[in-house]
Amino acid sequence: MTSVLGAPVLEVDDLSVTFQRKGEKPTRAVDGVSFSVAPGETVGLVGESGCGKSVTSLAIMGLLPSRGVKVGGSVRLEGQELIGAGSRKLRSLRGAHMAMVFQDPLSSLNPTVQIGTQVTEVLLEHRDMSKAEAAAEAVALLDRVGIPDPRRRLKEYPHQLSGGMRQRALIAMALACSPRLLIADEPTTALDVTIQAQILELLKELVVDTGTALVMITHDLGVVAGLCDRVHVMYSGKIIETADRHELFAQPRQPYTGGLLASVPRLDAGRGTPITPIRGSARDAIPWAEGCAFAPRCDNAQDDCLTEVSGSVVPLEPDGPGRELRCRHPLQYPTAPSGATALGAAR
Amino acid sequence: MTAAPSASEEPLLRVRGLKVHFPIKRGVLFDRTVGHVQAVDGVDLSIARGSTYGLVGESGCGKSTLGRAILRLEEPTAGEVIFDGTDVASLKGEPLRSMRRRMQMVFQDPLGSLDPRQNVESLLSEPLRAHGLGGGTKGIAEKIRGLLDAVGLPSAALRRYPHEFSGGQRQRIGIARAIALEPDLLIADEPVSALDVSVQAQVLNLLEELQERLGLTYLVIAHDLAVVRHISDVVGVMYLGSLVEQAPADDLYEQPLHPYTRALMSAVPVPDPVVEESRERILLAGDLPSPANPPSGCRFHTRCPWRQETRCDDEVPVLRELAPGRLVSCHWAEEIRDGVLQPKSAEEVAALMGVSVRATGAGPIETDALVQGVDEPVERR
Ligand SMILES: Nc1ncnc2c1ncn2[C@@H]1O[C@H](COP(=O)(O)OP(=O)(O)OP(=O)(O)O)[C@@H](O)[C@H]1O
Ligand SMILES: Nc1ncnc2c1ncn2[C@@H]1O[C@H](COP(=O)(O)OP(=O)(O)OP(=O)(O)O)[C@@H](O)[C@H]1O
Ligand code: SF4
Ligand code: SF4
Ligand SMILES: [Mg+2]
Ligand SMILES: [Mg+2]
Repeated sequence: MTSVLGAPVLEVDDLSVTFQRKGEKPTRAVDGVSFSVAPGETVGLVGESGCGKSVTSLAIMGLLPSRGVKVGGSVRLEGQELIGAGSRKLRSLRGAHMAMVFQDPLSSLNPTVQIGTQVTEVLLEHRDMSKAEAAAEAVALLDRVGIPDPRRRLKEYPHQLSGGMRQRALIAMALACSPRLLIADEPTTALDVTIQAQILELLKELVVDTGTALVMITHDLGVVAGLCDRVHVMYSGKIIETADRHELFAQPRQPYTGGLLASVPRLDAGRGTPITPIRGSARDAIPWAEGCAFAPRCDNAQDDCLTEVSGSVVPLEPDGPGRELRCRHPLQYPTAPSGATALGAAR
Repeated sequence: MTAAPSASEEPLLRVRGLKVHFPIKRGVLFDRTVGHVQAVDGVDLSIARGSTYGLVGESGCGKSTLGRAILRLEEPTAGEVIFDGTDVASLKGEPLRSMRRRMQMVFQDPLGSLDPRQNVESLLSEPLRAHGLGGGTKGIAEKIRGLLDAVGLPSAALRRYPHEFSGGQRQRIGIARAIALEPDLLIADEPVSALDVSVQAQVLNLLEELQERLGLTYLVIAHDLAVVRHISDVVGVMYLGSLVEQAPADDLYEQPLHPYTRALMSAVPVPDPVVEESRERILLAGDLPSPANPPSGCRFHTRCPWRQETRCDDEVPVLRELAPGRLVSCHWAEEIRDGVLQPKSAEEVAALMGVSVRATGAGPIETDALVQGVDEPVERR
């Protein structure tokens, strides 16, 4: 896709994840998702709770449970296929070539092991280093992510660090082997805004300095607006719109994207500026096989949004340069970019 | 939206010098008090009838404790809460009960606050029966239908249980329950933070609509500054147990006066790439200090980019009126507003405070552990 930035680090092609528990009907959490990320690029995956963001990232990292889950499609990291790769291979790629930062840093750190030991373990496993070298590198890594007094902190346990510092420690571990791909799943959702600002700044710096490809998973449209180059909006397991962030926010085409933007109160909008909710909730989604999953909540919906009428599932199609769209009756704009705000146009 | 009530009118709620300190206990055989968490430490505020007061601040700054103390769900250590002219602390028995009816609470997690074994009908009729309201079985049934209608739920919801609803619908049930007793004041603690944005907007609009229809007064506690700006007439900003600034919502956002408010405001991401690119962010050094051992003088001085050599470290600033309706507790508010004083960068502040660059240091480890012994520092999710 974005060849300007060099060969993609990550290529996800028609990825599907189905959960099948005994005696329950299978749920398709991720349904034919395709996207790619170039070096130094930040790609956002956004959408509301349950749309499949985390499952997508776990599938890429090979971290889904092996039982009761069916994964289809292809995930290539620097050209290497990961779907179906052995667990040993995945383990060595994780840490060395790809790493993930989760929402809850406490649960991703071992509570009974000193921070320093946890960081040096990663280094010793993946890099050819002596213990002394690993210890020195650990200090450098903690310093790099802005943890003050790193020598002291390395001797501490996770519970002795604040939430912001734990997240930094996790980012330090993720960076230990200079991975080509970093996936951050809601890395700041559990943090206060002033700490969130520090962490986002750190991630931005890292992408610029190291050329790491970053996949940023978030439900916060503000975070997307400030950080991501390209954005994929997900609904009910599928990507429904893809665009450069400027275009997405100025002229969302999918009614769901437009609806999201019209729902969020903005800090820079005065008291009483109306917000327009989307009716219903994500639980109202219908299966994609029957029609557009968003149809029950969509103001633009017409009969042909249902498969029964149109005869086919709504496809994701090119929608002008660099954009893709899954919608039969998208939001329209007067002509070319006109400074129309998303809020005004979405009405 | 809400008509600004005239200043002369007696506010519905007035809080004066309110403090809530939690003892930190230690010891195996005997509980020994080894310190206090100063969760709320001398708050003054008043809320005009029919208006919305928004309370913001970072995790652990004391917002929920303040809300709970107003409802006397938490016994204040000092200070008074005057509701509709009456000191709540002086009430006992029936008068306290009826006062409680007039103040209701809406919680963040609707599922956690609704009894999973009760269906909606029983959830809504219970408070009515308990207070002998609604006028018999028939009256109650009618009243409940009215409530469901008011919060936009179908009457089919009556026979269903909380887990059968989506998050937004559950919050509607929580709101219906809170307004069932026709309260005057609704304290909503993070009413929308557990909800998806599209649903959050539904609940915010519902709260506004109910306020207009029923003449309710709101205290809305939230960490999301955009939500608070959207819904509030007046906003109070808390830091480590105290109010550092209070102002009409639009004024506060257009010209924040306290250094903490400025930093907080600049940190909130705006869903607009053009705005995001042009914004200047005031990054703060370090984390929130422990409320068990707050900094001396101005509590914000360990992170403040405007901190001065004099006064900041050893003199507690009082909340004072800088302009009509605009309260701020900073010694240097005028000089900062007029641009006479310039901020330092987070790195400079960190260096000055003796921590290394881009610090995120929490307070000294001993105090950290002290607080943890009582209550894990709360993280937001
Ligand atoms: N282990 C599992 N077993 C069965 N279903 C699962 C499992 N993990 C996730 N799901 C389902 O897959 C869907 C997608 O979940 P996912 O965690 O990816 O959502 P998300 O977009 O990350 O949401 P959130 O914003 O809440 O984190 C959901 O419907 C969820 O219930
Ligand atoms: N019952 C209690 N006993 C001891 N300490 C408490 C108790 N309740 C709250 N605290 C402490 O008081 C301080 C204020 O807590 P409070 O819950 O009021 O903060 P908050 O502003 O509502 O935070 P959040 O945004 O995370 O909900 C915190 O340090 C908390 O750990
Ligand atoms: S395909 Fe139809 S229902 Fe789906 S978003 Fe577009 S207009 Fe709405
Ligand atoms: S009193 Fe001093 S430290 Fe406190 S906010 Fe004002 S300038 Fe900053
Ligand atoms: Mg998730
Ligand atoms: Mg709280």
